[in-house]
Amino acid sequence: MIYYDKVSKVYSEGMSPAVQDITLKIEPNEFVSVVGHSGAGKTTLLKMLFAEVMPTEGAVYFGSHDIGKLRNGDLLQLRRNIGTIFQDYRLIPTKNIYENIAFALEVAGKSDEDIEGDVPHVLDLVGLSEKIWSFPRELSGGEQQRVAIARAIVNQPDVLIADEPTGNLDPINTHDVVEILKKINDLGTTVILTTHNKGVVDSIGRRVVTMDQGRIVRDEMEGKYVI
Amino acid sequence: MFWINTKRIARHGLIGFIRNGFISLAAVLVMTITLFVAALLLIGGAALTSTLQSLTDKVDVMVYFTTSATDAQIQELQKNLTALPEVASVTPVSRDLAIAQFRERHKNDQLTIQALDALGSNPLGASLEIRARETSQYEGIAKYLEVQQVSQTGPGAVIDKVNFFQNKTAIDRLTNIIDTSNRVGAAIAIILGVASLLIVFNTIRLAIYTARDEIGVMNIVGASHWYVRGPFMIAGVLYGFTAALIVLIILYPLTAWLGPDSEIFLGAGVFNVFTYYVDSFAFLFLAIMGSGIALGAVSSYLAVRRYLNA
Repeated sequence: MIYYDKVSKVYSEGMSPAVQDITLKIEPNEFVSVVGHSGAGKTTLLKMLFAEVMPTEGAVYFGSHDIGKLRNGDLLQLRRNIGTIFQDYRLIPTKNIYENIAFALEVAGKSDEDIEGDVPHVLDLVGLSEKIWSFPRELSGGEQQRVAIARAIVNQPDVLIADEPTGNLDPINTHDVVEILKKINDLGTTVILTTHNKGVVDSIGRRVVTMDQGRIVRDEMEGKYVI
Repeated sequence: MFWINTKRIARHGLIGFIRNGFISLAAVLVMTITLFVAALLLIGGAALTSTLQSLTDKVDVMVYFTTSATDAQIQELQKNLTALPEVASVTPVSRDLAIAQFRERHKNDQLTIQALDALGSNPLGASLEIRARETSQYEGIAKYLEVQQVSQTGPGAVIDKVNFFQNKTAIDRLTNIIDTSNRVGAAIAIILGVASLLIVFNTIRLAIYTARDEIGVMNIVGASHWYVRGPFMIAGVLYGFTAALIVLIILYPLTAWLGPDSEIFLGAGVFNVFTYYVDSFAFLFLAIMGSGIALGAVSSYLAVRRYLNA
């Protein structure tokens, strides 16, 4: 379970809060779409979950752990338990696809034998087996995003965070990515998605949290994209 | 797990070094120039030291004894001088050796030799050739001798003359030159050393700046600080190693070419740059390779630190 307890974040003094007095509970295996205008606080909300941003007030809990109070080693462990994908894919350009995905397994302490088995398997899941030795620059945007998803799920995380994953993709690739996210959710992983894409949110038909000026203004279990 | 991680970090570092070809090339070139300057400083410092040492070796203080001075009196003064901490060596010149040296020096001057023969006896006294550890210490030694000379005035006097005061101006000037050369040499070495350090650090910082997104991804997937930092430090070590190797290779033909000229310029037997390179290769190798590797590793360590969060 993820729990935001009266969380606020102010980046610099004098600025208006990026998120303000947020209380939000996300149960295991939920698929939550977070929507809102640019600057509504969606990305800040997600970044707090893997401690890239720390709250100014309140606390974020992952299970029973207050993320703000985790020691460095526990924080790394937490990050290995949360998969993340971004609009700009964030693949390592000097590593090929195999190495990009293997890196996530290496930091989790997997053996070479496990890595040699897991990487082809996860690439098969996202339909990119034939690109295993390619470099990111040799792939299309949609393919790069699928590699990013493969890297995010290869450690079988409890939670997958997808921050505008379809922002740079055409409708066909957008559809493919959404289908993969739904499949991952069906396999038991909690998915938290931020997006501006009304079609995506409406097609998923699950919980929708709407944010405006750092606050949650709507939270519907079978919601639609309404801003 | 430690060895597996070490192996993986080394592999990532090597892969990064090879695949970031252009950045690696730029970093290696800058480090090559920097280490080359450092090598020139080392060699220049050695040349300066040898030159100053050869000048220092040319300076001495001579104590000339009267012809009536006995061997026991001379030996006693020699013993007292040797006991002084500022004295490096005391070489006695006997009366017989003094006359032999005089004859050798004037062998083409028949008039002088005939005059010497006409005397029938050896008019030259024995002497002591005194060398100090530092040129600045000659004055103290001369003052000690002056006190001895004053205490022995009259018919029983043993010390006839101390030549320091005739040479004082030249010795003082030489002492100033040596001190100034050492100070200027140290100042140049420090300025160039600091400038080189900053250039290398900024080059590596720039190389790592291009990989800041990569570091961000490593952070997010839960890599430990050492797992993120390690490959960049390995790449930094490889920049330094490659640059040091290039410098050591370039120095061989360069010093071989400059060797004879350096000997002509600084004086025969004073300093030959090629001989120094060959004789001091182990020192140069350790100094240049060590500096290159340490510079690369430390610069990378500091540059990556900026992009590590958590």
